[in-house]
Amino acid sequence: MKKLFSFLAVIVAALMFMTSNGFAKEIKIGVVWPMTGPIASFGQMAWKGVQITKDMEPKTKDGATIKLILLDNKGDKVETANAVSRLITKDHVKAIIGAIASGNTLAAAPIAEKNRIPLLSSSATNPLVTKGKKYVSRVCFIDPFQGAVAAKYAINNLHAKTAAVVIDISQDYSVGLAKFFIDNFKKMGGKIVVKTSVQTEDQDFSAQVSAIKGKNPDIIYMPTYYQALALFARQARQFGLKQTILAGDGAESYSLLKVGGKAVEGVTFTTHYDPKATAGKVGKEFLAKFKKNYNVDPDAMAALGADAYLVMVDAINRAGGSNATSEAINKAIRSTKNFHGITGVLTLVNGDAVKSAVIRQVKDGKFVYVTTVNP
Amino acid sequence: MNTTLILQQLFNGLALGSLYGLIAIGYTMVYGVIRLINFAHGDVMMVGTYIAILAVSVLLLPWWAAFLLTIFATAFVGVVIDKIAYKPLRNASRISSLITAIGVSFFLENLFLVIFGGVPKSFPIPALFSGTLHIKGVILPVISIIVPIVALAFLAILMYILHNTKYGIAMRALSLDMDTTRLMGANVDAIISFVFAIGSSLAAAGGIFWALKYPSINPLMGIMPGLKAFAAAVLGGIGSVPGAAIGGFIIGIVEILAVALFPPLAGYKDAFAFLLLIFVLLFKPTGIMGEDLERGRF
Repeated sequence: MKKLFSFLAVIVAALMFMTSNGFAKEIKIGVVWPMTGPIASFGQMAWKGVQITKDMEPKTKDGATIKLILLDNKGDKVETANAVSRLITKDHVKAIIGAIASGNTLAAAPIAEKNRIPLLSSSATNPLVTKGKKYVSRVCFIDPFQGAVAAKYAINNLHAKTAAVVIDISQDYSVGLAKFFIDNFKKMGGKIVVKTSVQTEDQDFSAQVSAIKGKNPDIIYMPTYYQALALFARQARQFGLKQTILAGDGAESYSLLKVGGKAVEGVTFTTHYDPKATAGKVGKEFLAKFKKNYNVDPDAMAALGADAYLVMVDAINRAGGSNATSEAINKAIRSTKNFHGITGVLTLVNGDAVKSAVIRQVKDGKFVYVTTVNP
Repeated sequence: MNTTLILQQLFNGLALGSLYGLIAIGYTMVYGVIRLINFAHGDVMMVGTYIAILAVSVLLLPWWAAFLLTIFATAFVGVVIDKIAYKPLRNASRISSLITAIGVSFFLENLFLVIFGGVPKSFPIPALFSGTLHIKGVILPVISIIVPIVALAFLAILMYILHNTKYGIAMRALSLDMDTTRLMGANVDAIISFVFAIGSSLAAAGGIFWALKYPSINPLMGIMPGLKAFAAAVLGGIGSVPGAAIGGFIIGIVEILAVALFPPLAGYKDAFAFLLLIFVLLFKPTGIMGEDLERGRF
């Protein structure tokens, strides 16, 4: 009898050990994205992308569940800083995915640096985001490359000699990208005839549009986010401007098509991903599952969000799985090499991904593939 | 800058300013009567645009019926907000009502975020409002011609109500002394409800025209127009209805001219509008049309 009791006790203890180590074992990762506010469409799509990849890879190699804690930063710098602080001090996350906008990520960076927590952005393309930082990385290319691609396309494919540039002065992303475009465009012989500015939440652009109309440039380069771009395009077409509008990856959102309607026909932009250029097993599986679940093609934000998750999981696995320290995860993220993700093959150099850009265009109310440009 | 461009920019300013004015009239109405700075006014406007979207896309009403329904429904929302949030505080200090108004503003924004999400919706524009006219090189979008006319029409109707109807007389009496008006036998609560109904229906009208001009609708869209309308109302002399309309026109024109004259500073156009407000208040603290705050009103 005594023997039976001790035998049962051992089994109970073993079961308890298994539950605590096997089932309840988890690793916490914070996610800070704009789910509301002026760039909400980005956060919503990126989160959809993550949901799909999380279904594909819900656990680390050693079986721990990956628990994502999503906080909404409303596309705001202060909210981003607060969210990152909360994730680190209250939720004790091992690493953070975020943010989307460069300006928001820049606000989060010093906090991540100070606490030595890896911060992996899906789509912050401004070069300053990772410059001089040890804990900030990203899975997207950077704006000096994107600006050069846009300038080359403007001069070689659109045969533009003059351009008007519209900058969103409240976004580091827009200010930076516009500068890189202007530098390259001028170097290649182009001339900037008007330079004017807006803010992310502006809705009236009649004055800017009228000013551009007076100078009649060959193209309009407007590296802003989708909402300003959609309303700007509507007003530009209303005032009789027929020039091609060239934009950056901030333009890509289904909201651009919905709000812009016919006015955004022909808008051409540099971005990270097109379903047509999908390669590799993971990419194809992602595309099929995304379409099935949400009834739309994934856009760049969804694909980059998914890549951020996949790179993060891969880094955790290489850093030792569920027991990995933040320090080790950070090291693993930054040494990512030839990783086959959704948007292509990723290699991180000093925290920046080096990879090709895609040019897409709005045609018949849809985004269509134009070309791929390698670095 | 040539004459055509100057005329074009002045017209742009007028079109934007009349929109601010339309919203500001509602703002100033409520303040004039119960001296409550209704910070939720911009959000009531947002509620109006969502009602309009639902009326067009879910109830499938023709646009004019949808707009009428929107105006009445939003007026009702305004009355309900007053009954729930402001009425219990009628005799409390003014700062309590002000803070409550901010609370109502946050409540409406977040309620609509929960219901509709943060992704912007497009506003369906009837063909009548989408055309443009060309006059000697100046481009006049039809909607930009309609808005000033509507704003002036609402202004005229409001002035008529205030000065020629019994309700208007009661409102003006109420703004001077609530207790005495009650002693004279006027139904103060009914009149205040009526004021909120008017204020909110003006917000709804402003919201519809705002959405027709800038068809990107989200739950936070009321914040900036609300602030601008507030600035317009203060600039014109808060409590004065024609003052609010004039303030709106001035702010609209200053914003557009700031962009036109200094293109590189275009992104700071909001700052120009608020700088002007500060400047005017330094020299005329009661605003342009505002008189002695304790006596004349409207």
